[in-house]
Amino acid sequence: MIAPAPSAPVLEVRDLTVEFHTRRGVLTALDRISFSIGRGEVLGVVGESGAGKSVTGSAVIGLIDPPGKIAGGEVRLSDKRIDDLAPEAMRRIRGKRIGMIFQDPLTSLNPLYTVGEQLIETIRTHTDLSAAGARKRAIALLEEVGIPAAERRIDGYPHHFSGGMRQRVVIALALCADPEFVIADEPTTALDVSVQAQIITVLKRMCADHGTAVMLVTHDMGVIAETADRVAVMYAGRIIEVGPVAEVVSRPLHPYAQGLMGAIPTLADTAERLASIPGSMPRLSAIPPGCPFNPRCAKAFSPCTTIRPELKEPEIGAPASLGHKAACHLYDPAYADERSAA
Amino acid sequence: MSAAAIRPLVEVRDLRRVFDVSKPWLNRVIEREPKQFLTAVSDISLDIARGETFALVGESGSGKSTVARMVVGLLPPSAGSVRIDGIDMQGRASEAERQKLRRRIQMIFQDPYASLNPRWRVDRIVAEPIQAFGLLDGKAAIRARVGELLTFVGLHPDDGRKYPHQFSGGQRQRIAIARALASDSEFIVCDEPTSALDVSVQAQILNLMRDLQDRLGLTFLFISHNLAVVRHMATRIGVMYLGRIVEVAESKALFAAPRHPYTRMLLDAVPDLAHIGRRREPVRGEIPNPINPPTGCHFNPRCPHANDRCRSELPLLLDGVACHAVHEGRI
Repeated sequence: MIAPAPSAPVLEVRDLTVEFHTRRGVLTALDRISFSIGRGEVLGVVGESGAGKSVTGSAVIGLIDPPGKIAGGEVRLSDKRIDDLAPEAMRRIRGKRIGMIFQDPLTSLNPLYTVGEQLIETIRTHTDLSAAGARKRAIALLEEVGIPAAERRIDGYPHHFSGGMRQRVVIALALCADPEFVIADEPTTALDVSVQAQIITVLKRMCADHGTAVMLVTHDMGVIAETADRVAVMYAGRIIEVGPVAEVVSRPLHPYAQGLMGAIPTLADTAERLASIPGSMPRLSAIPPGCPFNPRCAKAFSPCTTIRPELKEPEIGAPASLGHKAACHLYDPAYADERSAA
Repeated sequence: MSAAAIRPLVEVRDLRRVFDVSKPWLNRVIEREPKQFLTAVSDISLDIARGETFALVGESGSGKSTVARMVVGLLPPSAGSVRIDGIDMQGRASEAERQKLRRRIQMIFQDPYASLNPRWRVDRIVAEPIQAFGLLDGKAAIRARVGELLTFVGLHPDDGRKYPHQFSGGQRQRIAIARALASDSEFIVCDEPTSALDVSVQAQILNLMRDLQDRLGLTFLFISHNLAVVRHMATRIGVMYLGRIVEVAESKALFAAPRHPYTRMLLDAVPDLAHIGRRREPVRGEIPNPINPPTGCHFNPRCPHANDRCRSELPLLLDGVACHAVHEGRI
């Protein structure tokens, strides 16, 4: 494996489009999304249900099942294209170079094998360690994710572990081949808050220590705020805003992101009413033309219903900040005249 | 009359619920195992005043939903009593009065996909309480009332002709709220009413519930695991841990100055928008098995302030907090 240049992103997604071909026509689940994740960086992907967060994850790791298919764009891992690989070649990359952590730790572990057997099998598949060496590494990994008495517990079955401990095992499993990139899809959603906090801490520390790039998919903005370096906000299959987490949370640009941040009750605020966005996300079969958010947007004006806004840094209407981009005509000088007319 | 006005609408005293979680008889005989009991709720006492929102928060297994089900009468308590408007919810003596009381109590459930009959049209769902309690006569009057209720919760009267599957999650929860209001209820128990919903929709439903409370003077018992939501909705909050209330306080006071070590830990653990990139002290341990809870204070194995007394003697809820360390002035 050729080591990538230090500046090259670990994962780069360009104009990725995923379509589902159904009897009722073609549904576009992902519409030309682009993002990149650097070494040791955590990119949070947020959005409400149906926004396309999980499809993004599946598409990146080549797990889109028919009738869905990647209809365009490319996915590059350490500067090498992976979206056009044969299923067998992709299977070897998953697990070795890409680790995966899913929502429900019980379904990602096999109940019939001990935790140790599963870890050792994975380690031996992807490295050339001996059985004894793999076991040693498995114990070290379990200790690293904070499982007490790892030497004894490695021979336990998944049902011997509590939900939080199981999710730690899954993290160990995802990291056992020292992948470059980890995708965590709602890793803490099934857990209680006190346990959730522990898992976030473990995930964050592990990825920092190993320099792993992480794509953290969740609907919980609080988790993103504490864990991610950058965040991408998705709506109706598109990324409508991306930027450093502090920027997006405190100074969201896109009206949808603004509504979303206002709608989240926080521990600090004492607002009498929450901001709420009227209506709900459109179905994939009925995504409006132009900006998909325009029917719900209070600031919509003439180009919003016809012209698709591209993700870019604002040129007018907001202070520019490096890497903070939004897909909204409000910040495009080309439409400034229409805006003032409206 | 003045005494009745001061008296809380809901009085819960020493409520307890034990579930038999034993294996089947044959397994117990073969494996020589005794019966096993799980105390889901023990010795809970609380008052809810008219027009207030009392919230119960806690992690899974803390018994908050069991309390809710006992308060509305869906589950009989193993011990203790629930009195609503002075009427005992158990016992035969109050049967006739209780029938009249039922109309005034309603419940909103967590999952709006499971709580509405998929084979019924919405107008029939919302009209059911009206017909069951015989509140209105004549189809036209009922139809008018259903239309009014649907408008009330932000839907259109014509939506009554549709089936639940034609609505989104948030709209379904609006239908559930319309149904809960149909019998002119005064006290509504909400069990995680927004946890199945997306945040922007959650905000709509929470705002709707507060508006309805202001307009109709409703009293809520609000169950949630989400502290930020509870902070937004509740006037008073009870924090539950392993079947017991460990702290009760006014909402503002609880968030400004949490007293019980568990409440402090919980507030600290919640990922929140206000804590960008926070480096946290990891929380210790997990909730123990409720079948075999720790002796003394149930929180002692995870508590940084635990001493020998905490490990042996159960703290009582005094002055709004059940903690030896607080009572002794150690923290």
